[in-house]
Amino acid sequence: MKSVIKGASYILAHTPDMVLHNGTTQTTERIVNPDSEYLKELPGHIRSYEQVLSYWPNQVYIGNKTPDELAAVEQPWYDKTCDVSDRYGKFGQIMPQEEFLLLMQACDVFDLVKLDSAFVAAHKPALAQNPVMDESILARIGDGIDGAEIARLVSEEHSEGLYHNGALVGCVNRAHDIDVNLSAHVMHENIVSKASSVLALLSAVHTTGISKDEVEYVIDCCEEACGDMNQRGGGNFAKAAAEIAGLSNATGSDARGFCAGPSHAMIEAAALVESGAYKTVVVTAGGCTAKLGMNGKDHVKKGLPILEDMIGGFAVVVTQNDGVNPEINLEILGRHTVGTGSAPQAVISSLVTDPLERAGLKVTDIDKFSPEMQNPDITKPAGAGDVPLANYKMIAALAVKRGDIAKADLAKFTTEHVLTGWAPTQGHIPSGVPYIGFAREDLLAGKITRAMIIGKGSLFLGRMTNLFDGVSFVIQKNAGSNAPAGVSEEEVKGLIAKAMKEFAATLLAQAD
Amino acid sequence: MGILAGKKVVIIGDRDGIPGQAIAACATSAGAEVVFSSTECFV
Repeated sequence: MKSVIKGASYILAHTPDMVLHNGTTQTTERIVNPDSEYLKELPGHIRSYEQVLSYWPNQVYIGNKTPDELAAVEQPWYDKTCDVSDRYGKFGQIMPQEEFLLLMQACDVFDLVKLDSAFVAAHKPALAQNPVMDESILARIGDGIDGAEIARLVSEEHSEGLYHNGALVGCVNRAHDIDVNLSAHVMHENIVSKASSVLALLSAVHTTGISKDEVEYVIDCCEEACGDMNQRGGGNFAKAAAEIAGLSNATGSDARGFCAGPSHAMIEAAALVESGAYKTVVVTAGGCTAKLGMNGKDHVKKGLPILEDMIGGFAVVVTQNDGVNPEINLEILGRHTVGTGSAPQAVISSLVTDPLERAGLKVTDIDKFSPEMQNPDITKPAGAGDVPLANYKMIAALAVKRGDIAKADLAKFTTEHVLTGWAPTQGHIPSGVPYIGFAREDLLAGKITRAMIIGKGSLFLGRMTNLFDGVSFVIQKNAGSNAPAGVSEEEVKGLIAKAMKEFAATLLAQAD
Repeated sequence: MGILAGKKVVIIGDRDGIPGQAIAACATSAGAEVVFSSTECFV
């Protein structure tokens, strides 16, 4: 039986101070050009929490607005205010920095994260109001320490500072005196990733209504590595996050593939469930501090706000077939192989047209394609263009070449089968998976019958190979025939309603 | 011969545009010597 997508969560954490202190564009600039105009101007381009709440792409990410609604808004979006500015959405939430710092401390099990006691006292009540937080997590938050001790740790012990509104409010200590893999910098990066993954997992439990005990396996697909000097990248983020999230019955492992990681992980999750190895698998990923403000120089140069100020995260719950939720079809898998090559045409052929050809389908049989859903508001001013659109142009061109669509229908294709990007440029976060939440809803509502999720990864960045990578899979409407023996809850409700209606009709007839 | 003939070239390809390897192949065919080539990611 094919596995199904029970639900998905999408979360953001607004981390403006980490843009300044932890984004690699900024940390590199501070080393090579410490007196640069960019560093001087940067603080004036940081957005407030209220501004990120009313930013259109963020509201789409957490599910309060749809991709179609976003597409109808004229670009650029940074200078427009979304008519919804809620912190919570149907898929997740946009967490403010102060609560995220507390969550980081709750996710630390080695007493490395230290927070100022006054900061903890001021903000812990707000975190307690968060509907996805429970007592087990709140109980992990300590009372904090004296601010002077934090300042000493940063200045004398190589600790990584944690800042809020420009003030030092905490730090992450190194986990070893010599091991660079356990340095304060690495521990900070990894704990941010873990905390955002935990928030995504908690949100997935909250939005799907599953019991935490149902989860048997978790796959983390972020782009960070945890381990010590003897096993750099040994893992396991998945189990570490599952522990904090309270998924006591779960084990897990990490899947890596740069930005293609989430798509690889989804296919693996579907295979694990379809094979019967596990009944419920959750694919999760936290975000990346290094990429904060990655294109900041171009944004500042053009007078834009720093738009890469959000840590992203997501989680997808994959379960056994319930006869209702959309299925993952493992018979239509795209794969970029070792022999595929790196030319854009070859890449898209391997991921899109080749699997469809094998399945006897046309490009037009896929209602929506979700390749890399980077927000063009971020990438266009930086000269990287509209990434989703570039993917769509190549898919459309191949569709014409195959005779699936007429050349005259190119424009139609690029309006009907596409999505406008809304995800933050957090590497793996925008890669195919941002649409899964909406795709599930569109499939359940009968708006579409098939969606293709496409993940692509830049393996060459690791300097181990010059190869590119990518995989794709199809989510489709539940065939219904795979429903387990018996009847579903909806069917039971329908049967009861029918029986009551007939009973009422009988009573009325007797009364007459 | 093209304008690249006999020239040394440094190539930075874009993961979402033209990969470094593709540019290198073109530059080499035009008579250039590729001294560095990589593909970078900005997203």
